Amino acid sequence: MELFTNQVLAGIATGAIYACMALAVVMIYQAIDHLNFAQGEMAMFSTFISWQLMQWGVPYWWSFVLTLAISFAGGIIIERLLFKPLAKAPVLTNVAGFIALFAIVNSVAGLIWDFTIKQYPTPFGSAPFLGSQLISTHQAGMVGVTLLMLVGLYIFFQFTRIGLAMRAAAALPESARLVGVNTSWMIALGWGMASAIGAVAGILIAPVVFLEPNMMGGVLVYGFAAAVLGGLTSPLGAVVGGFLVGVFENLAGTYIPGVGNELKLPIALALIITVLVFKPAGLFGRAIVKRV
Amino acid sequence: MTAMLNVKDLRAYYGQVQALHGLTFALNEGSLTTLLGANGAGKTTTLRAICNMVRSTGAIEFEGKPLSGKSTENVVRLGIAHVPQGRGTFTTMTVEENLQLGAITRTDKKNIVADIERMYEHFPVLKERHTQQAGTLSGGEQQMLAVARALMLRPRLMLLDEPSFGLAPLIVRELFKILGKINREDKVTILVVEQNAQLALELADQAYVIETGKIVMSGNAKEIASNEDVRKSYLGY
Repeated sequence: MELFTNQVLAGIATGAIYACMALAVVMIYQAIDHLNFAQGEMAMFSTFISWQLMQWGVPYWWSFVLTLAISFAGGIIIERLLFKPLAKAPVLTNVAGFIALFAIVNSVAGLIWDFTIKQYPTPFGSAPFLGSQLISTHQAGMVGVTLLMLVGLYIFFQFTRIGLAMRAAAALPESARLVGVNTSWMIALGWGMASAIGAVAGILIAPVVFLEPNMMGGVLVYGFAAAVLGGLTSPLGAVVGGFLVGVFENLAGTYIPGVGNELKLPIALALIITVLVFKPAGLFGRAIVKRV
Repeated sequence: MTAMLNVKDLRAYYGQVQALHGLTFALNEGSLTTLLGANGAGKTTTLRAICNMVRSTGAIEFEGKPLSGKSTENVVRLGIAHVPQGRGTFTTMTVEENLQLGAITRTDKKNIVADIERMYEHFPVLKERHTQQAGTLSGGEQQMLAVARALMLRPRLMLLDEPSFGLAPLIVRELFKILGKINREDKVTILVVEQNAQLALELADQAYVIETGKIVMSGNAKEIASNEDVRKSYLGY
């Protein structure tokens, strides 16, 4: 029983990372109806920026805030330069754009910072959390930050005018324009926010997996799995999905013979396919009430 | 009297297909004008061209300022509210959120709250359902919501695209009565596109008849309604 509880706890801890990534994925999916395959690489690049700032002597929290601001602006710039021109292009053109972005960001990071593994500090410390050996204070901090972001996003979308405008632009672009919403900028704003959320994910995960250009490879697949499981239209679903995927991955690795560490990734992929086949809208996907 | 909206030689295109062939008309401030015509005559295209939602040439002036080259949202910000065909309801949001969206370009918070209350007076059914998802409303209620949402802009000009479509005759009468009231009391200039010519002519004071992208008749609504030849050849009743 103790093994079970510990595995669940550890699953929640890793799930927090997936939840962050899934949040970023959902933000962009809401805005442009596409999955951003380069989301993980953008997060990795943001993490490198914060690392570089710290190398230059900027204190942790200052570099954190600066990195969020830079990532936000960077997300907007990427949208304006690369994806705004593709807005009316077919899906595959967009996919090609995402893959190009993935490759470019990955190589540029390698070029600037090379591919050696770097240590990344944590502000939460790495002592055992409340005496548990499986969950550290850093991991507990990750869960806390993820939940804070979720609450922040909820307040933003439910109670601010710009949040309302963004929801309108995502739901019905033409109607949104007819009430005076500048939908094009709402999309750019969505990119900026997703990029900043991704930066938080990268900064939180870097102390666990170490910093290097390929650090997000596996994480993004889990992030997609989490987003699909929770429903691609729901930020709450993304977070719940993230935790569920984390727990599921850990339990499968522990209890299903032959899975172990090597087969954890295929489990995420199997999860994506299972959800898409049996419940395409995901657990928290928007249930649209329609009169018939 | 100078016209509030002046449309000159308007031509609109969907790809290679030309939908409007040189439309010229004007709306006087405070008027309630109807644009009549059969399916495919170009009524909807005319409204879409005013809001720059379709490629067009020609001159459109609103209160003396040209609208060409302005994005849809900037046309709306000048005070032109457009209730599109199919109502454009934000079905996944609540009734109240739909109304707030109508006022999204305004910054006078206090007045917005008061205006929402005023809309509930115009349309009591919306008040009963203000926390409901807008998609659960009946067709008539959604049309009321669309009109209310447009009014939340405090528009100077309101464009309505077939508000009677798919509604029971009684509901259409109620809706048109409210439109008349809004026109008189709130001094909103209204252009309503309709296939239901009989009702629209009762409501309007000015009328234009459009056929295959051209204006073929214009004048006082009562006169057009009483001219039997016109009724038979263009309006079909």
